[in-house]
Amino acid sequence: MAKTIVQEFTKGLWDEIPPFRLVLGLCPTLAVTKTVENGIGMGIATTFVLVGSNVLVSVLRKVIPSKVRIACFIIIIATFVTVVELVMQAFAYPLFLKLGIFIPLIVVNCIVLGRAEAFASKNNFIRSTLDGLGIGIGFTLALAALGAVRELLGSGHLTIWEKPIQVFGPSFQPFTFMIEAPGAFIALGLMLCVMNLLGKK
Amino acid sequence: MGDYLVLAISCILINNILLAQYLGNCPFLGTSKKMETATGMAMAVIFVLVLAGAMTWVVDTYVLKKFGLEYLRTISFILVIASLVQFVEMFLKKSIPALYAGLGIFLPLITTNCAVMGVCLININEEYSFLQALVASFAYAAGFGLALVLFAGVRERILLARVPRPLQDTSIGLITAGILSLTFFAFKGWV
Repeated sequence: MAKTIVQEFTKGLWDEIPPFRLVLGLCPTLAVTKTVENGIGMGIATTFVLVGSNVLVSVLRKVIPSKVRIACFIIIIATFVTVVELVMQAFAYPLFLKLGIFIPLIVVNCIVLGRAEAFASKNNFIRSTLDGLGIGIGFTLALAALGAVRELLGSGHLTIWEKPIQVFGPSFQPFTFMIEAPGAFIALGLMLCVMNLLGKK
Repeated sequence: MGDYLVLAISCILINNILLAQYLGNCPFLGTSKKMETATGMAMAVIFVLVLAGAMTWVVDTYVLKKFGLEYLRTISFILVIASLVQFVEMFLKKSIPALYAGLGIFLPLITTNCAVMGVCLININEEYSFLQALVASFAYAAGFGLALVLFAGVRERILLARVPRPLQDTSIGLITAGILSLTFFAFKGWV
């Protein structure tokens, strides 16, 4: 336990930022990043589930028998996902419709279960909270970055708070390839390449 | 009959679960480095997905909808899938050891494969009948297997090529997947 409490938080923002450093949780990353807004919405929902499940798992880590721990973690995560689902349905219905089945699919997002198993089941309450928050914010940033690249190239504008901001002039030909499935894979692959270039010398 | 054929083709090729719906990408990249693991994973997914599709449809129609408990869908589906996977594992170990030896190590991974959960949710959202749900589950799983095996074949060749260092491994894998996805894109507008 050489890491300080601050480091537990900041590691999620760069050293272990998902999905670039930890290649987990690719499905929502690819699917919802058609626009920046969707990316951020998905990121916030995942962050909430991560923090909630990390806290509960770390509090209950001595009570849960190790043989059935995965099942217990899944139930805890599914509970928080249901909370997010209901809250979004009530207060952010347009976003809920856009994200569609990817909200219930946070349950099977490997990042959440991975953090519960690898971190929260071994560490105390404060560290687990910070870990969940750090990884969640890192994930949100990554989704927003990928969403920005794809939306900018694919449609020529960035949508923030439902107001499109035109970045390129009217003569810009949208590169629609980027907002379709193939573009998602290629954009993420190239971003991973850039991260590798920056990270390892 | 024709309707089921159209449904199957559209699930396998046009709405391919991996390359057009973006589901199940973690095992897609994780188990595609060797042809053997890819085929093993593909078979395991086909096996579990058909069972899970049928089970979740029954649970949703006869328990959740009947008693107005739709808000418990996420929790109940994941529990059904997790216990089904566990059950299949125990059953295969006891009765069909040969099949277990082939699929065994992939079964626990399937619980967190979002393709399984995703297809179950799609079946419900599209309001398929039981038979349609069964066909769709099988077809989606077959599409998963097809894409996984194709991708593993390409990836085995990439191992022999000289890839620039920052692009190695996952990065080149994703770009290859993008190109593969582009070929599946051509099926759009067929049906």
